[in-house]
Amino acid sequence: MSRPLTAVLPEEARALRRRRRMMLLAVLAVAAAAAFMTIGVTGSWEYALPARSRRLAGMVLVGVAIAVSTVLFQTVTNNRILTPSVMGFDALFVLLQTVGVFFLGAATVTGTDVRLRFLVDLVALVAFGAALYRLLFGRTQHDIYVLVLVGVVLGTLFTSLTLLVSRLIDPNEFLTLQDLLFASFNGINRQLLGIAAGAVVITVAAVLRLLPRLDVVALGREPAIGLGVGHRRVVNQALLAVAVLVAVATALVGPITFLGLLVANLARQVLGTHRHAWTLPGASLIAVIALTVGQLVLEEGFGFTTSLSIVVNFVGGIVFIALLLREPRL
Amino acid sequence: MMRTTTAAASARVPEQGRGHGVRRWHIGLALLLLATGALASLFIGVSDLTPLDVLEADEEQSRVFLVSRVPRLLAILLAGSAMAVAGLVMMHLTRNRFVSPSTAGTTEWAGLGIVVATLLFGATSMAAKMGIAIGFALVGTWAFLRLVRRAAFSDMIVVPLLGLMLGAVVSAGARFLAYRYDLLQTMDAWTNGDFSGVLAGRYELLWAVAAGTVVAYLYADRFSIAGMGEGFAINLGVPYNRVVTTGLVIVSIVTAIVVVTVGEIPFLGLVVPNLVTLAMGDNLRRVLPVTALAGAAFVLVCDVVARTIRHPYEIPVGTVVGVVGGVLFIGLLLRSRGRTA
Repeated sequence: MSRPLTAVLPEEARALRRRRRMMLLAVLAVAAAAAFMTIGVTGSWEYALPARSRRLAGMVLVGVAIAVSTVLFQTVTNNRILTPSVMGFDALFVLLQTVGVFFLGAATVTGTDVRLRFLVDLVALVAFGAALYRLLFGRTQHDIYVLVLVGVVLGTLFTSLTLLVSRLIDPNEFLTLQDLLFASFNGINRQLLGIAAGAVVITVAAVLRLLPRLDVVALGREPAIGLGVGHRRVVNQALLAVAVLVAVATALVGPITFLGLLVANLARQVLGTHRHAWTLPGASLIAVIALTVGQLVLEEGFGFTTSLSIVVNFVGGIVFIALLLREPRL
Repeated sequence: MMRTTTAAASARVPEQGRGHGVRRWHIGLALLLLATGALASLFIGVSDLTPLDVLEADEEQSRVFLVSRVPRLLAILLAGSAMAVAGLVMMHLTRNRFVSPSTAGTTEWAGLGIVVATLLFGATSMAAKMGIAIGFALVGTWAFLRLVRRAAFSDMIVVPLLGLMLGAVVSAGARFLAYRYDLLQTMDAWTNGDFSGVLAGRYELLWAVAAGTVVAYLYADRFSIAGMGEGFAINLGVPYNRVVTTGLVIVSIVTAIVVVTVGEIPFLGLVVPNLVTLAMGDNLRRVLPVTALAGAAFVLVCDVVARTIRHPYEIPVGTVVGVVGGVLFIGLLLRSRGRTA
């Protein structure tokens, strides 16, 4: 991994600049959040503030979840273009939810507690995700490009399956479930905010304890084992964290394919380091900034409401292509 | 699904028999399958219609038969065979087994063309949609081929990956436009292929893709030679650029017409040519008719499944093909690397 811009500077200057940039990101994130809360409020503030703060909370949770899960996933798989969404994990989550409705019926599903339902979906995702991971990253070493391509096709496959299953569900039941299954930035699932916040906080706390070992794991399997880190154990823990975070983000706003890819790579670029103590918070801050500013600009500037994920996919796809072209040998 | 099992079975023929792996009875079996599927396709539907009814049909029944069932069957056969052949041609021109209209962004460009045409000329102008979709598909695919050739990847996998991503970006752009101008519903009509809207008077443009298939057959040998590289082709006296352009035009026209009339059918142009080539080898002129046949049979079977699985409702054929084709594609991918690596 080359760092052409920073390589010339001495270590101290680099550290100083890194710290300064991190501060800047933090300030920007706070400013963006404040702007999101206040700009364009017409009418009653008593109504606007709580409503907007709920949406802001949702965006912060989603941003952190996507950023952290992507950075972790890239560390574990040891590359820069694979992300959980590119591998179809979030599409898998939507599929599992739909299949659940198909087998249990809408009445049972809407009747159960949101938190219990989320937990069940989460367990299913962890189980299927683990199976998928073993299949792709298990005994046979597959070429990285094959993995990405398989992941992209898996995403399409899961989406097609979701469509298929949702067509098999009774149309009336499906209608009542549409809100429940297809979340967006505009309709952040309010009931889930509490449990989502809890899950993110616990997971991030657990990840923080892993930090030093993650840096070693990022070196690759053999060096990590050589340095005395239980590679397999750390990888399993990291993947569990990834599953939880993907589930949280997807349950809140639905799949956003390229956000993680964007913020993880931007964070490494801006901070000039691969150390997780920097990239994890950096990527999270960038994600929060991107989501709030993007939503604000689209809403206030263009009067759109739900197209943020389209824009993110547009920009993210271009970045992905650039990454592919620039580093044909990853 | 059934078609693929026959293809897989013939792929298991011992190594020295490769290239002759497909016997006459395989073709016979495929034709039988096609005929059965065609019969099923003609007599499955909401309004009851049995083969006996056709012989002495009342007015209502003959209308259902001639206005809905027969056009639908024809549309399936035309679209299925043409898309499979388009994929085969692209595979040869790019010398990459994983490049097809759905992995090179061609379908997405055609879709963007439809959105733009609808914006400029309204939803009713079929000719404008068709023309602009073909234009977009042509330019987009051409640009993609240029990009790939310039970047000169040696890796076979990067090219389709790039194409898929480019397709995602183009379709995000189309979706954004559609969202902005309230055309999302129009967009849903062609992002998921569906033959249920096919009626007499609304599918006849598809006959043009049959012409594309025939031209592809006439050009088969030239495509084979062009696929061996520019220098080689020119040495043999084949005008490389003209042949590649012809192929590109055929692929773009076929793809755009299919997308405009029935919608996207994912993985079709990718999976079918690959399976047929696995069984029969690389001789384009020999493979092409079988590919056309197999493509038609594949779509036909998927469509019959899509119509029976939730009778009397229908599932878009694009969804069924997406599931079956996705599984097959992943199988092909993992298999190809397992063998070469």
